[in-house]
Amino acid sequence: MMSNLKYALFTGCTAKQSTPELLSSTLAVAEKLGIEITILEEASCCGASHLQDFDEFLAHVLNARNICYAEKLGMTMITICNTCQLNSAMTKHALDTNPELKARVNEKLAEVGLEYKGTSEVKHFLYCLIDEYGLDNIKDKVKVPLSQFNIAPFYGCHNIRPSELHHDANGGENPYNPTSLDQLIEALEGRPVDYDHKNKCCGFHVELQANHTSEVLAGNAMVDAIDNNADLMVTPCPLCHLKMDTYQDDIGHVIGRDVELPVLHMPQMVALALGCTEEEIGLNFHVQKATHLYPAETA
Amino acid sequence: MSTQTEEYEVFNTDEIASTKPDSVKVTLKTFRFNAETDYLPYYKLYEMEVGKDELVLDLLNRIKWEHDGSFSYRRSCRHGICGACGIKVNGKATLACKQNALELVELFGNELIIEPQSKKRAVKDMIIDKKDFWDKHAEVKPYVVAEIDPHPEHETKQSIEEFNKFLDSDLCIQCGNCHYACPVVEVNEDYLGPAAFNAAYRFTVDTRDEAGEERLQLTAQMGQGVWDCVKCFECAEACPKEINPIEKITKLHNMQFEQGVAVSNVATRHAEGFVRSIKKHGFLDEADIVIYSEGYLGMYKHLKTAIKMLKAGKIHFSDSLPFVDNVPKSKNLDEIQKLIEISMTNKL
Repeated sequence: MMSNLKYALFTGCTAKQSTPELLSSTLAVAEKLGIEITILEEASCCGASHLQDFDEFLAHVLNARNICYAEKLGMTMITICNTCQLNSAMTKHALDTNPELKARVNEKLAEVGLEYKGTSEVKHFLYCLIDEYGLDNIKDKVKVPLSQFNIAPFYGCHNIRPSELHHDANGGENPYNPTSLDQLIEALEGRPVDYDHKNKCCGFHVELQANHTSEVLAGNAMVDAIDNNADLMVTPCPLCHLKMDTYQDDIGHVIGRDVELPVLHMPQMVALALGCTEEEIGLNFHVQKATHLYPAETA
Repeated sequence: MSTQTEEYEVFNTDEIASTKPDSVKVTLKTFRFNAETDYLPYYKLYEMEVGKDELVLDLLNRIKWEHDGSFSYRRSCRHGICGACGIKVNGKATLACKQNALELVELFGNELIIEPQSKKRAVKDMIIDKKDFWDKHAEVKPYVVAEIDPHPEHETKQSIEEFNKFLDSDLCIQCGNCHYACPVVEVNEDYLGPAAFNAAYRFTVDTRDEAGEERLQLTAQMGQGVWDCVKCFECAEACPKEINPIEKITKLHNMQFEQGVAVSNVATRHAEGFVRSIKKHGFLDEADIVIYSEGYLGMYKHLKTAIKMLKAGKIHFSDSLPFVDNVPKSKNLDEIQKLIEISMTNKL
């Protein structure tokens, strides 16, 4: 069934490099649900808050350019990374509320024949699934219920804070008590794990310069999930995924106990329940092995 | 932004009155601890009928006046200006005298968990030892540093534009909500924290002030400064004055480069390295940014991780060599390069 939903996908950098499984599982889920995706091949990096630290205006210009290409298609720009979502939404918010800044940015964009208008929304794929495709419709498509798993939702900062940037187009979660991932897990017949750190920071952004802080923050969240009987963790953000999947050994050293937990991208979890292929789901790309999560008959 | 409008909106409860019941039965699960007599903290439940106009501070008063006179909390102005009554409700940083209680019931349900800003600093119930906050705040010289002529012939005027630069950051009431919502403050005791950074920004952009460079250098230090910010936006969410401290942190980052205070280190190269990657590929080169930020010598720390990532297929190969020009390129890369050329103002 076609859902007649059409989106322009801003992949971000990680989905094209270290987490190819994020892109393949996203496309597989979209195909299963009949969601039409056009990849914005012209897009550049969102700056990930670090370019913003160096030169905020330049970051606005580059992010506005990305959104321009979604506007040209007349589509909502969707993201599959919380940090891409936030930085794109920050630029959109800044330009839509500050005509002087918008004019300055458009002056630069005019040099390459583009104009930012503000006509496309920016939305994370998670909220497309929940708010536009609908949980009930997803429920109908479940082929492999996740009923044997306790799944810890890890929301990731940049989809829930600052709340004013997520009110309109991006879920509008209560940052102190987000529920979307829990609802999605339930729709796939998994058991959501309730734990305090689900809305806390994973520490990814200071991995290089403040390694200890980074490991402690990731460790606190993982240990909390493990102690509440999580079989796996799921996150809509590939940066949270990278931090918590790739660095489990280092996190364990700092925290002083073993930290072993498969960490799935949100679309991978959906893809598992919709019965997508192992190649599409790509659990083999994880550092903490997760291939045991495939249903028995196909594993 | 006008402060008057802001205050009006916060205290305007007409909207709530039209759609909400007049009162709701609420359980207050309240943190209790007396450092002088208690070995461990505990929670006490207080049930009460909460009216639509009641603030969290009213509920704290009712616990003290109607249930237990020993219940302790700081309060003073009751007008959102003294900053004494910052607490957490269900983890949400709250100024008790500004926050309508039923709004929180709507967010969290009928059990409200009343806790101090920082449980580990609790002295008695809601009262915490804020020494670390005040020390760090003082460290950034939160005042105008200037040689003052004792007999000035005219005022030191500020234009509207100059004033607007620090108008919102000047609204800080030092309540500590952002500081104790910041996860880095909890992990790294050297970290100055969002309130101190906001104050550093406020006085550094003040044209009458002469200690800007000193503050920029202080806040550029690794460990204590802005480079240890994890970008979680907890501070933006916690501020009862809507100051958005992390926005000021980003401005401090930018000012380090604008004013030539930034020294080349792993964090500044990481920020600037994004331009290098984007210019070349449009996308970030994930391997190159680590090598560029750390330097080849610093890479030894990441070898173990790099090997794990290689094994999992996370690092892509091109001509069977990892790390070599394997990054996908954006379409119309020339546009991106042109925009960088004409828009970039900062240098490392």
